[in-house]
Amino acid sequence: MKGWKNLEIGAVITEPGSSTVYKTGEWRAWRPVFQRENCIDCMICWVFCPDSSIIVEDNKVVAIDYEHCKGCGICAFECPKSKGDNESKKALIMKPEYLFREED
Amino acid sequence: MIEIRWHARGGQGAVTASKILASSAIRERKYAQSAPDYGAERAGAPLRSFNRVSEEPITLHCMVLRPNIVVVVDPTLLKTVPIFEGTDENAVIVVNTDKTPSELREYLGVKGRKIYTVNASAIAMEELKKPLMNIPMLGAISKVIDALVSIESVEEDIKVTFGKKISQELLDANLRALERAYKEVKGE
Amino acid sequence: MAVRLMTERKVVPYTGNMATAEALRQINPDVVAAYPITPQTEIMHFFANYVANGLVDTEFMTVESEHSALSAAVGAAAAGARAMTATAGPGLALMWEILGVASGMRLPIVIPVVNRALSAPINIHCDHSDMMGARDQGCIMLFSENAEEQYDNVIQAVRIAEDERVRLPVIIGMDGFIISHSIENVSLLTDDEVKKFVGKQTLTHSLLDIDNPVTHGPIAMADSYMEFKRQQREAMMNAYKVIREAGEEFAELKGKKYEHIETYKTEDAEYILIVMGSAAGTAKYTVDGLREKGEKVGLIKVRTFRPFPYYDVVDVIDASNVKAIGVMDRAETFGGYSGPLFEEVCTSLYTRGKIYPITGIVYGLGGRDCNLNHIEEAFDVVKRKAAGMDVPPVTYLNLRV
Repeated sequence: MKGWKNLEIGAVITEPGSSTVYKTGEWRAWRPVFQRENCIDCMICWVFCPDSSIIVEDNKVVAIDYEHCKGCGICAFECPKSKGDNESKKALIMKPEYLFREED
Repeated sequence: MIEIRWHARGGQGAVTASKILASSAIRERKYAQSAPDYGAERAGAPLRSFNRVSEEPITLHCMVLRPNIVVVVDPTLLKTVPIFEGTDENAVIVVNTDKTPSELREYLGVKGRKIYTVNASAIAMEELKKPLMNIPMLGAISKVIDALVSIESVEEDIKVTFGKKISQELLDANLRALERAYKEVKGE
Repeated sequence: MAVRLMTERKVVPYTGNMATAEALRQINPDVVAAYPITPQTEIMHFFANYVANGLVDTEFMTVESEHSALSAAVGAAAAGARAMTATAGPGLALMWEILGVASGMRLPIVIPVVNRALSAPINIHCDHSDMMGARDQGCIMLFSENAEEQYDNVIQAVRIAEDERVRLPVIIGMDGFIISHSIENVSLLTDDEVKKFVGKQTLTHSLLDIDNPVTHGPIAMADSYMEFKRQQREAMMNAYKVIREAGEEFAELKGKKYEHIETYKTEDAEYILIVMGSAAGTAKYTVDGLREKGEKVGLIKVRTFRPFPYYDVVDVIDASNVKAIGVMDRAETFGGYSGPLFEEVCTSLYTRGKIYPITGIVYGLGGRDCNLNHIEEAFDVVKRKAAGMDVPPVTYLNLRV
């Protein structure tokens, strides 16, 4: 990191859109797992996601941006296709992150 | 340096008069200060205001302790506030009253000091139709102390200070009041 | 475009508030945001008149509190505007949080302050508690002795604040009522002279520069916050030089020199008082009177309180024949050894290895008059200290017992 003599005066950030390089996905304890086959592309998850981590291509939800998703679970909570207990019918399911990461 | 202390009541225009006095002296390229002793501003409450006029720059920023001139704008203050406080034998006392200087001296029971009187209340009521005794008192003190400020400078300053705020009629009345007090002030 | 009003230099009968408003008019800031508080209110009355009459180009914002006034100035300054506000006493206290924001964001906001006591009890009159309460919020602080100094300091403050080596808010204090509401001789510069002296604001990283988008006021966690604070310290150290340069340049323009401190008959002085604000004028007069009686007394007036001119103060004391020093504070540091100015002077001396008898004097709180007799009393305290007599850490002047 830069020393005090080289940091921008007044903590001004001069690089626009630099928040994308900040990988907030590291913070995640719960992971939204996306099941494309159950998705109806209603875009409610895309609207609600506070971190713009729902990736949409040609008006279709295609994936989750795990580099920035913090695992808040709002997408799965709001998803109209993810109510009830039957996991196989859901479009978004929150699962513990440790299932996907190797032990340190 | 000449130091002046004004005694008046809130609403009689003493603070304005003190400002006009300083302002006219500065107009004459002298050095001057006008410092009102602000308290709780309410009409009718006794107030003091201070002036300093000098040929040299003034660095003092405190109340006037030993005034050369004391101006009493309201005669009802004569026995309620210590008007002679800090004055010596040579001090000049200018009072708004219908009494003559010797009558006033007897009334106050004071020795020494030069006492001048002017019936500023009467002048104000006749010319301004209001009990604004400040301008007549300015006329009186500019007569009493030659070295202070000339009546012409005071006139000029009144025109500048009041010029756009009051009617020509009222401005003329103020100038007449100034002039009359200048002529009518009496010494012993 | 603002109309030129003052085409030749003049000496005018102005109060401190009138002089400040005149300076603001001549500076013609882009944005002024203010909330009224006695005894500052008048400044904005006069300035609002200038705005209404089209004499300035300023966007004048009347906001709902001092916290908002400075916040608005912060926003404007970050957008690249030359922004100003003015306040007094409790108003400065309410601004306190945003003072740190303004200095931390390195925004050159100029803030004339009319020094007023803090509540409680409620008091509208002068003391320095307001600025002393804000003394560690990263703003440059100047104290004026009279109305003309306030006018001159406000004009210089624009240059100091906006210098790229500094880029910090500047607070310029004048004593409430004693200066703000008293008429004195004030020598004014012409509009063109002021315009030329303050120059153009050249801000980099404007929020309105859409070709180069920036973020102002981001979060900085433990990994970088300290680096930004170190930068502020550097800026303050630079300000020491820049204030001096601005003072020298101002002297070329007006003939009156402004330095960090002003000394008065200290060369051979045995007893020295150190003081800020309007009481310095009264003290000069007292020094003259005591000198006529053959007493070797002198005075140091501190103009720059932040950055504190520790070298200047010690150099002057060192060059005199001082036997004891009295530091006069118009503010209390309850529970501290003595007042804030006292502590600065002591630190300056001790760190240079200079140990003199020194004592603290508190005066003029809440507008209590400080006249010649009280300054003489202060010198008496200093003499007692020099004679090795027992003097308390703080002596209150003009106190009823």
